[in-house]
Amino acid sequence: MPRPTISFGEPPAERLRHYLRFLWLLPALLLLIGLLSTFYQVPAEAVGVVLRFGRYHTEQDPGLHWKLPFGIDEVELVPVKRQLKLEFGFRPDEPWTNPDQVGRQPELERNMVTGDLNAALVEWVVQYRVDDPRLFLFHVREPGQTLRDLGEAVMREVPGDRTVDEVITIGRAEIEAAAAARLREMARLYQLGVAVNQVQLKDVDPPQAVQASFNEVNKAQQDRENMINVANGEYNKVVPKATGEAEQKISQAEGYRQQRVNEARGDAAAFTAVLAEYVKAPEVTRKRLYLETMKEVLPALQGAWIVDERVTQLLPLLPGAQVAPEVRK
Amino acid sequence: MRLKLAVLAAVALFVVMVAGGAFYTVRETEVVILTQFGRPVGEPVTEPGLHWKTPFVQEVHRLEKRVLEFDGAATEMPTKDKTYISVDTFSRWRIGDPAAWFVALRDERSAQSRLEDIIGSEVRAAVASHELIEIVRSDKNRVLPPDVQKQAQTVTVLPVARRGRLEIEKDVLAAAAPKLKPLGIDLLDVRIKRVNYNADVLPRIYQRMTSERAQIAQRFRSEGEGEAARILGKKELELRRIESEAYMKVQQTRGEADAEATRIYAAAYDQSPAARELYAFLKTLETWRAVLAGKNLVLSTDSELFELLKRSGK
Repeated sequence: MPRPTISFGEPPAERLRHYLRFLWLLPALLLLIGLLSTFYQVPAEAVGVVLRFGRYHTEQDPGLHWKLPFGIDEVELVPVKRQLKLEFGFRPDEPWTNPDQVGRQPELERNMVTGDLNAALVEWVVQYRVDDPRLFLFHVREPGQTLRDLGEAVMREVPGDRTVDEVITIGRAEIEAAAAARLREMARLYQLGVAVNQVQLKDVDPPQAVQASFNEVNKAQQDRENMINVANGEYNKVVPKATGEAEQKISQAEGYRQQRVNEARGDAAAFTAVLAEYVKAPEVTRKRLYLETMKEVLPALQGAWIVDERVTQLLPLLPGAQVAPEVRK
Repeated sequence: MRLKLAVLAAVALFVVMVAGGAFYTVRETEVVILTQFGRPVGEPVTEPGLHWKTPFVQEVHRLEKRVLEFDGAATEMPTKDKTYISVDTFSRWRIGDPAAWFVALRDERSAQSRLEDIIGSEVRAAVASHELIEIVRSDKNRVLPPDVQKQAQTVTVLPVARRGRLEIEKDVLAAAAPKLKPLGIDLLDVRIKRVNYNADVLPRIYQRMTSERAQIAQRFRSEGEGEAARILGKKELELRRIESEAYMKVQQTRGEADAEATRIYAAAYDQSPAARELYAFLKTLETWRAVLAGKNLVLSTDSELFELLKRSGK
C-alpha cells in the first residue's frame, strides 16, 4: 500500500491505474489460500473421514493428505485409537477433556437399589474405544451420551439382579464381567460404533446411614474368628501335652514290665540255684540259713529278752506293754 | 461470435442457478424435504451427496437422520405395592417418516415434549401395575448362584420376580411406539436409567438394612461362641480319652508284668515240695530281717535259736 505522503500530489486517474496494476494479486491470493486449505493432517491416534458434498467418501490413515477445496470435501477426525472412558458416580480428581466422561449428577448415578431391595452406592468406569468411525459419526447423534445412558441402565440391571452382599462384597468381578457383556450387547444393538473394553467398579459401599451396621458385621466376623482361634489355642495348649504325658506313662509301665519280669527271672534263677544245693542237704542248710539270719538280726534289735518256755504272764512287765494293746486293736 | 455468446449464456445460467440455490448438498446425517411455497413436494431426499432443485421456488428443509436422544426427567411415582420411587427413563428414537414429521411436528423441541408426555405416561402406567420387585429385578430367570450364600456367609435371598424390568421396558416400548408413529417418530428403545427410593421411604429401608445386618452380626458372634464351645468340648473329650487310655494301657501293662512275674516265681518256687519248703523258709528269714531291726524282741528258750543250747545243757 502506498503511503498517503507519496500519493498526495498525483491526479486521481493516475492513482486508480496504479492500484489496478495490483488487482491480479487478489485472485492469486485467494487461489493460494484455497490450495493451502486443501492440505490437512490426520493425527496418529485418529482416522480422517472424508465427506464429499456431505456424502461419505473415504477414510484416511494418519499422515498428511489433500482434499478438494471450497467446502466440497470435508474431513472429520475420529480418534479411533484413543482409549476413552466414562465415569459414573464420582468426579475424577484430574481434569477431563471428553465431555461425556463425567455425569452431571454423580450423586444420583451412584445410588441404586439391589435385587434384595437394599440400597447401595456404586461408582464405576466404562472404558471404550471408537471402532467404527462411520457408525460413530452418522448413526447416532450423541454416541457418547447414549453410551452413558446405556452404562447407567446396565449398572441398574446387573445389581438389580443381585443381592446387596454380591454387590458390595463378593460379586465385584462377576458384576464387572456381566455389565461389560451386557453393555457390549447394547452398544451393538444401538450401532454406536464403539467397542466397550471393560467395566470397572470403583468404590462400592452401603449408604452412609447403614455403613456402621455393615462394619459391625465385619467386626462380628472377626470376633467369630477370634473366638475360634482362642478356643483352638486352648485345645492346642493342652491336648498335645496330655498326649506326650500319656505316652510317658505308658513307657514307664512298659519299663516296669521289663523290670518286673527280669527281676522275677533273676530271682527264680537264684532260687533254683540255691534249691539245687538245698536239696542235697536240707537240714543243715536250713539251720545255717536260720543262724546266719539271726546273726544279722539280733545285733540290730533294740533289746532282747530271753524267756524260759515255762515262764508265763511276763508281758505286762515289759516296757512295750503300754503300746501293745493299741497295736492289737 | 455465436460460440462466444453460447459460452457466455451457459456461464450466466450457471451463475444464476448457483445464486438461486439450484444446488444443495445432503449430508450423511440428514434427510432433506423440499417445499414449494411452503408445501412439501416430492419424496424426502435421503441419499447423501450433491442434489439440485428448481431455483428460487423450492426450499430445503434439513431433518436429522441419526438416532436421537430423549432423556426424561426423574419422576416420583407409586408402584403397585404403594412404594414411592423415583424413576428416570431414557429413550432413543429417530425420524422414521420425514413427511409425517414435517407436517406434525417440524421441530425437535415439540417432539421432545410429545415424547415426554407419551413415554412418561406409559412408564407411569407400567410402574403402577407392577410391584417394586418387578421394576428392580431385571432378568426374572437369574437365580442366586449356589455358593453365594456360603461365600457371603449370610442368609439374604434374591426375591423372585415374575416379569422383571426388561419385560416391563418392552411393554412400555410396545405401548408408546404406536402413539408416536403418526407423528413420524420411530421409537427404538425405552430404558429405565435410574430407580431410587423416595426420600420418605429411605429411612425405613435403612432401618431394615440395619436390622438385617445386626442379625447377621449376631449370628457370626453366636457361631463363634458355638464353635469355641465345640472346640473346648472336644478338648475335654480328647483330654479324658488320652488320659484314660494311658491309664488303661499302664494298668494293663503293669498287670501283665505282675502276672508274668508271678508265673515265673510260681514256676520256680512251686517246682517241688522241697522248693516250697525252702521258699517258705527263706521268705520267713527275709521277713525277720526286714521287720525286726530296731524292735524289742522276746525270745522263748523254746525257739529254735536256743534249741541247741538246751539240748547241750541237758
